[in-house]
Amino acid sequence: MKKTLLLALKDLKLAFRDRAAILLMLAAPFLLTLGMALITGRLSAPAGASSGLRDIPVLLINQDDGELGKALVEVFQSDALAGLLEPRLATEVAAARQAVDEDRVAGLILVPPGFSRSVFTPGAQALQVELYANPSRPTSAGILEAILEEFLTRVEEGRIAGMTATLSMLEKGWLLPAEAEAAGRSAGRELAAQEEAGVAPLGLVLKGAGAVEPRSFDVMAYMAPGMALLFLMFTATYGGRTFLAERRQHTLQRLLTTPTTVGQVFGGKMLGTFLTGALQLGILIGASSVLFNLKWGDFGGVVALIVCSSFAATGWGLLITAFARTPGQVASIGSALMLAFGILGGSFINLEMLPPFVQILSRITPNAWGLDGFTILALGGTLADLGHVLTGLLGMGAALFAVSVGLFARNRNLVQ
Amino acid sequence: MPPILEVHDLVKAYGDTLAVKGLRFSIAEGEIFGLLGPNGAGKTTTLSMLSTLFPPTSGDAIIGGFSVVKQADQVRRLIGVVPQEIALYEDLSVRENLAFWGQMYGLAGRELHQRVDAALGQTGLQEKATHRVRTLSGGMKRRLNIGVGLLHRPRLLFMDEPTVGIDPQSRRAILDTVKELNRQGMTILYTTHYMEEAQELAHRVGIIDHGELIALGTQAELVRQVGEQQTLRLQFEEDQSVAALAEKFARLPGVARVKAEDHSLALLGESAERMLPPAVQLCGEVGLRLRTVQIQEPNLEALFLHLTGRALRD
Repeated sequence: MKKTLLLALKDLKLAFRDRAAILLMLAAPFLLTLGMALITGRLSAPAGASSGLRDIPVLLINQDDGELGKALVEVFQSDALAGLLEPRLATEVAAARQAVDEDRVAGLILVPPGFSRSVFTPGAQALQVELYANPSRPTSAGILEAILEEFLTRVEEGRIAGMTATLSMLEKGWLLPAEAEAAGRSAGRELAAQEEAGVAPLGLVLKGAGAVEPRSFDVMAYMAPGMALLFLMFTATYGGRTFLAERRQHTLQRLLTTPTTVGQVFGGKMLGTFLTGALQLGILIGASSVLFNLKWGDFGGVVALIVCSSFAATGWGLLITAFARTPGQVASIGSALMLAFGILGGSFINLEMLPPFVQILSRITPNAWGLDGFTILALGGTLADLGHVLTGLLGMGAALFAVSVGLFARNRNLVQ
Repeated sequence: MPPILEVHDLVKAYGDTLAVKGLRFSIAEGEIFGLLGPNGAGKTTTLSMLSTLFPPTSGDAIIGGFSVVKQADQVRRLIGVVPQEIALYEDLSVRENLAFWGQMYGLAGRELHQRVDAALGQTGLQEKATHRVRTLSGGMKRRLNIGVGLLHRPRLLFMDEPTVGIDPQSRRAILDTVKELNRQGMTILYTTHYMEEAQELAHRVGIIDHGELIALGTQAELVRQVGEQQTLRLQFEEDQSVAALAEKFARLPGVARVKAEDHSLALLGESAERMLPPAVQLCGEVGLRLRTVQIQEPNLEALFLHLTGRALRD
């Protein structure tokens, strides 16, 4: 194990001394993210101002007969959100939920009967608006949630302003003492109770399998991991390339004349690739946190995703190496695969905008799984919410390792 | 001295092609053994099998009591290898390379540090210790390549043509290093296609050609196989082909054999002085313009010529 680690650390050192590799591992994803942020206006507009998504299909069921239900529908149908959303009004709750379940829409927004009345009646318990989110479209669901939160926050601000005005009128004697006392006590008690409970008096209930509880969605939280995962594939193939380069430089042959086994050499090379990939992701995440003030989410989840994504990508690098004969072949195949996985895995285009069969096909890429995971974390998820993502990445890595080792074992003449 | 290496009918085949054809020889502890042969003779393939890089097709070799086929790991602890190619990490420094390879040989801590310092001293690279290998000259890289093979103080050192492609000064330094290592007790198997190196270094020489060991013994024993013959080497102007005229030279008085090379003829006979006048006269008759004339005493190259009909550099 010690020699495996020594070999891996040697490769890690060499990778970070290779200027061309550093350019592609760190500078390129960072600059591309920066460029995309500039294009989308993320650096000049508030987080979440632009998502890169278009025409998110959403169903609206307004069962409220008051002003707020109507206002909420108007917000979703407003010109400002026309490019982003594709809202449709519905009446049948069961049919609408089915549309979400069948992945025909990103979510259902249900305004309950009496919602306006519950908000405007002092002392009444405010009813909650329901978002029935589509778990297979976490990004779109996050955006719907962010819009709803914004709407409800404004309503809440208006309600508190009204109560404050009542109290102010009481103090100034603009209300009759008998009326003022009753109204003031009621408003004061309500606000105090809400403050102690620590919950928003106007709320949103989020439903749907695998749903998370997002706060807001920052488009950079999609771009940055997209680019990082794209160039992680470069690192994985770079590792494969160094394996064949060692053979060409005769250091592999020299290694095999020392008291070092083929397994140790093989393990060291793979561990080196894995560590390089993990360090690359770690640096990119750390730098984007500092420079873009990007919130990647739950620390444990981020670490787990870095580890599992690097493992899966290393598996792909190993498979390419098993097929290729020269470092040049690894570089060519690796570059093609990196781009294909970037497109297929959602690094350039949001997967939700691609046809369903492409979305299914995207599951062969570490990019798609990784992006899902980072999106979940960016929307407020934790390590516990990453179960299926981590399983997918680990399964992919393990399968690729098994196949690659089998191929290497069949073709044992590593040095002849 | 007991043998540290015994080679038993070593064979390596690549498909239908036999690269090494049943080699048998042994090397005594403390000896420098020269394996001399032209390029492609099978020297590197032999060394690769002996250093456990790949297994022989058949046969075996015993190093320090361990089989290269069955006990490769034990063998690797006894041997050091200096490959023909520069097998170093270009983007690691000289010291980092030595430390890494030392660790691969199981060295660690204080001992590793001391051995690295010693290797830097042996190779004369102390001042370049922190420089990356890619910034070194070819000769320095060669010296470091040797230094790596010495780190763990092997009992048997394999050196595969360590002077290929370097300047005369570095070559001299490497040959002196080999002699010094041997004086310190290290056994060395040294492959080369330079006759002069084998003559200068080796206590015993094996001559290999087309994968076969065609001669084996001390230099004196080998040279005796050629007899007392001297070689008269006639070098002509470069545009003149001489192969067709070899027969005429073979009929000259005192000439026992003639070998034609590109633009030269090697005449073997009892006395070069006796062969010279008629040879020069014949050159004039057939219109060959002589450039140089060289008389060589019996040596390994003459032996190779005698045994194979070809020069070592062919």
